[in-house]
Amino acid sequence: MTAAALIAVLFGMLLLLIRAIAGPTLYDRVLAVNSFGTKTVLALGLLGFVMGRPQFLDIAILYALINFVATIAILKFFRYRSFQVPLVRRGQGGGNG
Amino acid sequence: MAMSEPDIGLALVNIVLLGLLFVVAIAIARLRSLFAIVMLSGIYSLVSAVWYVAVDAVDVGFTEAAVGAGMSTAVLLGAMLLTSRTAKPEKSLRQLGPLLVCIATGIMLIYATVDLPAVGDPNSPANTGVGLTYLRVAWYDTGIENVVTPVLGSYRGFDTLGETTVVFVAGIAVALLLGFGERSLAETIRNEDKNLSKNAPKSDAEDEESDS
Repeated sequence: MTAAALIAVLFGMLLLLIRAIAGPTLYDRVLAVNSFGTKTVLALGLLGFVMGRPQFLDIAILYALINFVATIAILKFFRYRSFQVPLVRRGQGGGNG
Repeated sequence: MAMSEPDIGLALVNIVLLGLLFVVAIAIARLRSLFAIVMLSGIYSLVSAVWYVAVDAVDVGFTEAAVGAGMSTAVLLGAMLLTSRTAKPEKSLRQLGPLLVCIATGIMLIYATVDLPAVGDPNSPANTGVGLTYLRVAWYDTGIENVVTPVLGSYRGFDTLGETTVVFVAGIAVALLLGFGERSLAETIRNEDKNLSKNAPKSDAEDEESDS
């Protein structure tokens, strides 16, 4: 049962990879990478149960945290063109993106 | 304990993961959009992290996920700010040299794997020397299940502390070079561009990709 789920998750990874490579717009790729991170977490958890070592669940949870940070970094980068949001808006010329 | 069936399943998982890595690597080599390449390198790190866990190198996998997928994606995006959004296509003749170097390195690495001991070989150097002592003693010394953890954190704790310091200093150096925020290098260059484009007729650096 878990093996079947693992196969399904690996197939989903393949589909997401196609979207990440082909994805015409930027947001397709961001979403693909984010979902790929989720699939990574799921695959790790299932892999732990398939190998008979459920301790892998802890690692999977840590991966989820890292994945979240990376996605936030990417989206923040494309919203503000910088990793640190300026607290004071500069003059009218910039930062209206 | 059924040995054969999980082994075949694990081998299939390994093959699928390595196949995904291969596809991602080819795509990274062929694509020209730098943003897509950064995203795909994040995917590459995630897949290789899963693969490391699948071959029981849990600590390496975790480092790969933290540094490769988390940190280096952010650093590469920051570096992309300083350059353009697409790579210039290379002449196919000039790709020949790097391709040959890659093939030669691959052949040498494959040749080197012939000398490696098999997984779990009792006569391999790792299983005959001092490693056996640690395998025996580590549980009674520290009470930690995974042997890698007491070796890293206890037996060679000072070494690990030094490594962590080096990585921390390297991270600070990269952060100082790239900079984050108002006073970063990228921001400075953009402001210079803005000052230049006041004289130029039109600025195209601003909304290149935000609405596409």
